[in-house]
Amino acid sequence: MTAATLPSTSTPGAPAASVAPRTRSPRQLAVRRFLGRPVAVAGLVVILAFIVIAVAAPLLAPYDPIATSWSAIRKAPSAAHWMGTDENGRDVLSRVIFGARASMLAGVVSVLIAAGIGVPAGLIAGFAGGWTDTILSRIVDAMLACPFLILAIALAAFLGPDLTNAMIAIGVSTAPRFMRVARAATLDAASNEYVEAARALGNPPWRVALRHVLPNIVPPVLVQGTLAIAAAIIAEASLSFLGLGQQPPAPSWGSMLNAAQRFLSQAPWLAIFPGLAIFLVVLSFNLVGDGLRDALDPRRR
Amino acid sequence: MSGSLGARIGQIIPTLLLVSVLVFGLQQLMPGDPALIMAGEERGDPQVLAQIRAELWLDRSLPEQYVHWMDGVLHGNLGYSWRIRQPVSQLIAQKLPVTLQLAVMAFAIAVLIGVPAGIVAAVYRNRFWDYLANAIGLAGLSTPTFWLGIMLILLVSVQLQWLPPSGYVPLFEDWRQSLATTIMPAFVLGNAIAAILMRHTRSAMLTALDQDYVRTARAKGLREWTVVLRHALRNALIPVVTLGALELGTLLSGAVLTEQVFSIPGFGKMIVDAVFNRDYPVVQGVVLVTAFLYVLLNLIADVLYVVINPRLRGA
Repeated sequence: MTAATLPSTSTPGAPAASVAPRTRSPRQLAVRRFLGRPVAVAGLVVILAFIVIAVAAPLLAPYDPIATSWSAIRKAPSAAHWMGTDENGRDVLSRVIFGARASMLAGVVSVLIAAGIGVPAGLIAGFAGGWTDTILSRIVDAMLACPFLILAIALAAFLGPDLTNAMIAIGVSTAPRFMRVARAATLDAASNEYVEAARALGNPPWRVALRHVLPNIVPPVLVQGTLAIAAAIIAEASLSFLGLGQQPPAPSWGSMLNAAQRFLSQAPWLAIFPGLAIFLVVLSFNLVGDGLRDALDPRRR
Repeated sequence: MSGSLGARIGQIIPTLLLVSVLVFGLQQLMPGDPALIMAGEERGDPQVLAQIRAELWLDRSLPEQYVHWMDGVLHGNLGYSWRIRQPVSQLIAQKLPVTLQLAVMAFAIAVLIGVPAGIVAAVYRNRFWDYLANAIGLAGLSTPTFWLGIMLILLVSVQLQWLPPSGYVPLFEDWRQSLATTIMPAFVLGNAIAAILMRHTRSAMLTALDQDYVRTARAKGLREWTVVLRHALRNALIPVVTLGALELGTLLSGAVLTEQVFSIPGFGKMIVDAVFNRDYPVVQGVVLVTAFLYVLLNLIADVLYVVINPRLRGA
């Protein structure tokens, strides 16, 4: 990732600014490239739709997601219940709608935690070098040696099972990836001439790091962040499926699938719809992530 | 090569030490007193509590506790399961072969699907087959392992009634039954790796097809598929082989969910059961052993990389 993807204001006098034709900034070019990819745009639309669903869940859901009804147990999809009802007579559509809250929240919050730990660590490691880098890199190696989900399960287990702890566990387990991406981008950016010039002018290291290096690592971190949300949503669903995330009766797609397993032959719709919702959201984040990568770094195809 | 290998091993030791600190540190996150959990029914008896504390060195300082625990680990003692009163190492040794069978089958399926798909995608770059392979790969990456498992059970076991939905028969007991119980979980587990392998094979093949020796081979008048399979693939497979080792973590993470869905009594099911039984030494043991396996496999991959790639020999 180079200065070519930066807003030109942060690179005064850098040759990269002259690459852009006429008045279009690199950022505008990236937006144009992204919009030129229909699948990525479609992914973005689906994500926005799910954000609306999560926020407006009480307005959109036809029924109370936790109200049980003994007269409507495991009813197949119908006009009254579009996705059928579950083993307690609850409306599956309403639960899928409210389940979007846990998934979207977990996806975004755990990635914010991961980036909040990983990006500063990567910036420091890449910029300071030497022993600081060695120590931080070894810690990351150690964390990456533990399989992601197993580390998250262990953390969630020791912290205690609930949605907040699941988000912390996923965030901490994802942090090393952000550290690696931020560190590599920092090393890449720090070798630029304008960074050297900024240092030579007598700027203190923190100022060079924040003003001249940090903007350079935003694009790769953005790509990593989008793809990490996809992984975090799957991870939250996995932990909830195992019983380590959102606790019943609060709806979450993962725990709905856990319950659905027991009624697979009698009520397959219980297993189909929550899974489809996870698949759609995760696919959309992956599409947007891939689109962002191509838009921000046109050399990589 | 021996020099760089020595350097690699030198790098691994601090990593493993840090892993051990991390795993030991997990205990500190636990709410409440471990002695109380361990004592179970006898938690009211101060004598029992004192005895447990002395046994686990819980009455000592943290560094002392760590050294004591580490001393055990280095002697192959991963502690005792609080639930079943069995050595953790013994439990792991019992369950690991089950997961290993699953993992090997899953990896074989992933290679059989992912590598040919990657070759086809690269050869037909930016044409229909490439788009199709990419679309299926992306869908595979976006499908949660456990949901794919549930859907397959619904289709293959409930609707078609071809295979049993759950359970496990050991390989040496009855290999036919064993394959019948593991083929579906192995496919589910291999799915994500197949997608990753496809992407890597594709990009490695694209690089290889761009090389001078491929142009030379074509100029000699060799048939296109001979060029692709005999000249390009050989070099493209080098990065793919090392990738295999790196995906062990994905396999083990996936195994936790797959074994849960298909009720297979392996490594992954053990850690989930241990979590619900609050059997913390087992959880710690599993994390430690998986991390060790991962580091070891990475080392093997590095060595393999040098062995397969003649250009790196003598380096």
